[in-house]
Amino acid sequence: MLGLELAYWQETIIKLVLAFGVVLVPAGATVYLYLFKMVSFMQSRLGPMEAGPYGSLQLLAELGKSAQKEDIFPERADRFVFAAAPYVVIISSFLLALVVPFGPDAMFVNFDTGIFFALAVSSVSVIGVLMAGWASASKYSLMGGLRAAGQLIAYELPLVLAVVGVVIQAGTLNMSKIVEAQIEGEIFGWGAIGNPFILTQFVAFFIFFIAVQAELTQTPFDMPIAESELVAGYMTEYSGFRFLMFFIGEFATANIFAFLGATLFLGGWSVPPFVTDLIGIDPYSEAFNYIGPIVMITKMLLITFVIYWVRFTYPRFREDQLQRFAWKVLIPLALANIAVTGVAKVVF
Amino acid sequence: MNLLLQAETALSETGEWIANGFFYLIATVAVVAALKMVSTKNVVHAALYLLVVLSAVAATYVILGAEFAAATQVLVYLGAIMVLMLFGVMLTRAKLGNDEELDHDQRWIGSLVGVGMLAVMSYSLWEFYQGERLPSEQSPQRTQEVALEIFSTYIVAFEALSVLLLAALIGAIVVARKD
Repeated sequence: MLGLELAYWQETIIKLVLAFGVVLVPAGATVYLYLFKMVSFMQSRLGPMEAGPYGSLQLLAELGKSAQKEDIFPERADRFVFAAAPYVVIISSFLLALVVPFGPDAMFVNFDTGIFFALAVSSVSVIGVLMAGWASASKYSLMGGLRAAGQLIAYELPLVLAVVGVVIQAGTLNMSKIVEAQIEGEIFGWGAIGNPFILTQFVAFFIFFIAVQAELTQTPFDMPIAESELVAGYMTEYSGFRFLMFFIGEFATANIFAFLGATLFLGGWSVPPFVTDLIGIDPYSEAFNYIGPIVMITKMLLITFVIYWVRFTYPRFREDQLQRFAWKVLIPLALANIAVTGVAKVVF
Repeated sequence: MNLLLQAETALSETGEWIANGFFYLIATVAVVAALKMVSTKNVVHAALYLLVVLSAVAATYVILGAEFAAATQVLVYLGAIMVLMLFGVMLTRAKLGNDEELDHDQRWIGSLVGVGMLAVMSYSLWEFYQGERLPSEQSPQRTQEVALEIFSTYIVAFEALSVLLLAALIGAIVVARKD
C-alpha cells in the first residue's frame, strides 16, 4: 500500500492507531445515528438537539460527563476484579476487530483461521461480564452476570454453527478467502453479482443475526440487564469511566459483529462483479484498499440499522423462553443447515 | 549482495530474539499465575488465575505458529470450560474475600506430586528431543493440513474420541434427568 516500505515497528504503530479508529469511530457514529437520533424519530421526539447542530456534539458531552464522574467502588466489592472486568470486555472487542478484512491488503492480521479466531475471542467477553457481576458484591449484579453467562453460552452455539455453513460453502476459514469465494462465485453459471452467501446461506444469515442480537444482550434478548427487574444487571454498580468502557465495548462489539456479518454474507469489501466489469477494473486491484473500507462501512451501517431497529421494536423474551428458543429452535435449525450445505457441496 | 544477506540474517536473528523474549515473558506470567492459583484463598480468584494460565498457553501456541490450536484453546478452555466453571462457582459458593476452608494440610503431598510430574515431563521431553532445535524460519501451520492429518493419519483416534464424547454426552443427560 502507498508504495512505501515500512519497518515492522512502524507498521505496528500505524495498525495500533487504526485499530482504535476502527473500533471507536464506528461505535460513536452508530451511537449518535441510531441510539440518539433514529430511536428518537421512531418515538416521535427530537432527541439531543442542544450540543452542536442537531446535537451532533452530544457524544463529546457524554464523554466529558463520564470522565469527570467520581470513580465509585462498592464497599464490599472485590476491588481488583471489579476494576479489571471492563478491560476484559473491551479487549475482547479489540481482538475481534483484528481479523476483519477491509480490502485485498487492508487488514490487521491475515489469520489462516480468521473467522474461527473471531468466534473464539468473542466468547472472552463473557468472562468480563461474570467478573463484573461477581465482584460488585450486589445481588442484582450477580443475577445479571449469571443470566448473561447462561445466555451467551446458549447463543454461542448457534452463532458458531451458523458460520460453519458459510465455511463449508467457501471451503476456508480465512476471512479474505471467504470474500474471494463470494466474488468468484456463480449462481447457476451467472456471475454478475457473484455469490453473496446471504442468497445461498439465508438460514445461516438469520440464525447468525438472531444469535448476534443475543450475544450483544440487545432487546429482545436483554434479560441480563432487564431494568425493570435487575436495575442494570452486571453494570449496576459501575459509574463514570468504567461504565463508559462497558458501554463502548457493547456498541463497538455490535459494529464489529456487523463487519463480520458483512464479510460472511454480503461480500465483504467487494462490490458486485458486474460493477467492476462495467468500470473495467480488476476486483482485486489496489484501488479496493481505499474503496473497500467505504463499502464495508456502508454494509455495516445497513446491518446495524436492522440491529437497532429490532432493538427498539420488540418486547423482551422471558428467561425460559429465551433459553428454549436457543436450544430447541436455533441449534437444530443450524445443524440442519450444516447437513443440507454439506450435501449440496458434494452434489454441486 | 553479501551486505543484504547479512542484513537479512540480522533481521531474522532479531526476530528470533523478540520471539524468545516474548516466550519468556509469557512463560513467567503463566508460572506466576499457576503458583497464585494454588495459593490463593478465594475460589473465584483461583479460577481467574487458571484463566490467565490458559490464555498464556494460547499465546505460546501463537508464538509457535499453531494458530488453529491457539483459537481452539481460547474457544474451548476460556470461552466454554472456564465460563462454566465460574458460572458454577458463582452460583454455589461465591464468597467475596478470603475463605479459610480452602486451605488444608495436603499441600505437601500435593506439591510433591506436582514436582514429580514436572520431573517426569521434563525428563521425557528432554530425552525425546535430545537438544534438537526448532527451525527458526517457521511459517504458520495451515489449518487444511491439520484437517487432512486428523481425517487420514489419526482417523481411528478421532473416531474413538467421538464415540467417547457421545457416550459422555448421553451419560450427562441420563444423570441430569430425574424423571
